[in-house]
Amino acid sequence: MELVCPAGTPAALRAAVDSGAHSVYCGFADATNARNFPGLNFSRAELAEGVGYAHAQGAKVLVAINTFPTAGDEGLWHCAVADAACAGADAVILADLGLLAHAAEHHPDLRRHLSVQAAAANPDAINFYAEAFGVRRVVLPRVLSVEEIAAINREIAVETEVFVFGGLCVMAEGRCSLSSYATGRSPNMNGVCSPPEFVDYANEGGQNVARLGGFVIHRTPNGASAPYPTLCKGCFTSADKTGHVFEDAVSLDASTLVPRLAKAGVTALKIEGRQRSRAYVGQIVRAFRAVTDALEAGREPPALALARLSEGQSATTGAYAKTWR
Amino acid sequence: MDLTVAPNPFFWNAAFVRDFYAQLAGAPVARVVLGELVCSKRLPFWQDEIPQAIETLQAAGKEVAVTSLALITLKRERKLTADLLGLGLPVEVNDLSALHHIPAGTPFWVGPLVNIYNDSTLRWLVRRGARRICLPPELPIDSVALLADIAQAEGIALEVWGHGRLPLAISGRCYHARLHERAKDSCQFICDADPDGRDVDTLDGQRFLSVNGVQTLSQAYACMADHVGRLREIGVSALRLQPQSVGFAALCADYARLPEGRMSPDALVGNLRAAHPDMQLCDGYGRGGAGASWRGRALYR
Repeated sequence: MELVCPAGTPAALRAAVDSGAHSVYCGFADATNARNFPGLNFSRAELAEGVGYAHAQGAKVLVAINTFPTAGDEGLWHCAVADAACAGADAVILADLGLLAHAAEHHPDLRRHLSVQAAAANPDAINFYAEAFGVRRVVLPRVLSVEEIAAINREIAVETEVFVFGGLCVMAEGRCSLSSYATGRSPNMNGVCSPPEFVDYANEGGQNVARLGGFVIHRTPNGASAPYPTLCKGCFTSADKTGHVFEDAVSLDASTLVPRLAKAGVTALKIEGRQRSRAYVGQIVRAFRAVTDALEAGREPPALALARLSEGQSATTGAYAKTWR
Repeated sequence: MDLTVAPNPFFWNAAFVRDFYAQLAGAPVARVVLGELVCSKRLPFWQDEIPQAIETLQAAGKEVAVTSLALITLKRERKLTADLLGLGLPVEVNDLSALHHIPAGTPFWVGPLVNIYNDSTLRWLVRRGARRICLPPELPIDSVALLADIAQAEGIALEVWGHGRLPLAISGRCYHARLHERAKDSCQFICDADPDGRDVDTLDGQRFLSVNGVQTLSQAYACMADHVGRLREIGVSALRLQPQSVGFAALCADYARLPEGRMSPDALVGNLRAAHPDMQLCDGYGRGGAGASWRGRALYR
């Protein structure tokens, strides 16, 4: 199975490739990709250099241009696709209908993957994108169980890629405006979720209070570790219930499901984390490469000791288990 | 500019649905989109009301369309989507996979849950057969203006979200079930207890969101009254109003008076406040800011 690994920076790209990534994915330092955070992402020159480095070691580079172009400003996104092609990228990862149509028309030889941000969650959706825009691979949204993924693969002709580790959206990706409701900035429009410039920490009555756009997301006792106030992982109250209404502060770890995902016909495993350090990336990639290598060799995959690398220190297999819903 | 009634996103029982659409027949709205948007598990409880509602509304001169689900994953949901065309009404696409079932050349509508943020996407959908499009509520009016030019040039109708709790997210997970410590598959249809969604507040008691099964809505009600003048000017042809369990027909009547200036935005807001003292309002998306803000001010600092 192909291991698709995050590269938020050129250093992380090299760490991923050196650690055994079959592919890395990255984006340009602007609103064209869904991890548009300060200090992250690639210039045009860095991408060309990164592609050279990866190709020299037999790894591929996939460029995420997966936000939804702004009306009247589509040139920025068209440019990103052209520059990715120029740099020798092996594929672009796209979500917007109009941008897919543009890429199919102007860069027919550039391989197109459908981003998770397009939330194509059934065979009809996937076949639609394949027929209309020649999409070759679909990154599946994190709303599906392993059984459903297997069923999808029986009805489609394109490859599927699934998330196996890292941050976990609990909403269908690309279909969530929670962040812009509180802050005015969203994954779809700006490539950011719960952006740091709208986060405010205060010490109130012995508690560390984290607000996003003025809304309280967490209260944690002073001294306890406080997670980043990502909106859907917040602690809220509804009638008589107080708790993590949407999702606990957990992250995805589907490492134990890799053999079942392989049987379900999945082509590629994706690791989330373009915002993480190169040391983190190297460690996770090595661990997952051991799993895919064992699988290829017909051996039992090793159990991974990745718990402490997970966000919030605890992990879930998310929607892959039907009971998560 | 006229009014379109959005599909009801909530789980109402059959009798309530029947009364709602019977009353709506007398309201000054031009068209109604109905059908199950949020959760296919609810449909058996009220689907028998749909033919009667269609008949009543059409007899009252309303244009009627039927919506797809917002998130289609199961086999029976795909079948349900394929069957929508058989009703002989325009299908409103709220999950792009519905397009797979609509033959090229068959006209369709596009709902606010499809991501249309730019010219190319709008044009692509028009070429594919879209005749009426409601833009995502997240879009600032400056973007709406650019898209309205194209819609007018292409000869299609463009709508924006006018009133109602904003559809902010859709998930594989059911939050109503989770709040009752159940899984989606054993939900026991508990979302029927909250006819306008179940409110979610912050730990400081700030009113924030509202959950509706697998959907998350804003707790504040979007109210685009202040923007109607500009929306009309730029060529938006309809405002979309989302059903709510109380006072909906009266609210439709007020919104219908706005475009011709027979009611001022302030008077409309005043009526809303009087009829619904607990209703929080928001209109921030139109201004390009946080969706939760109202008349340029954040709800909470």
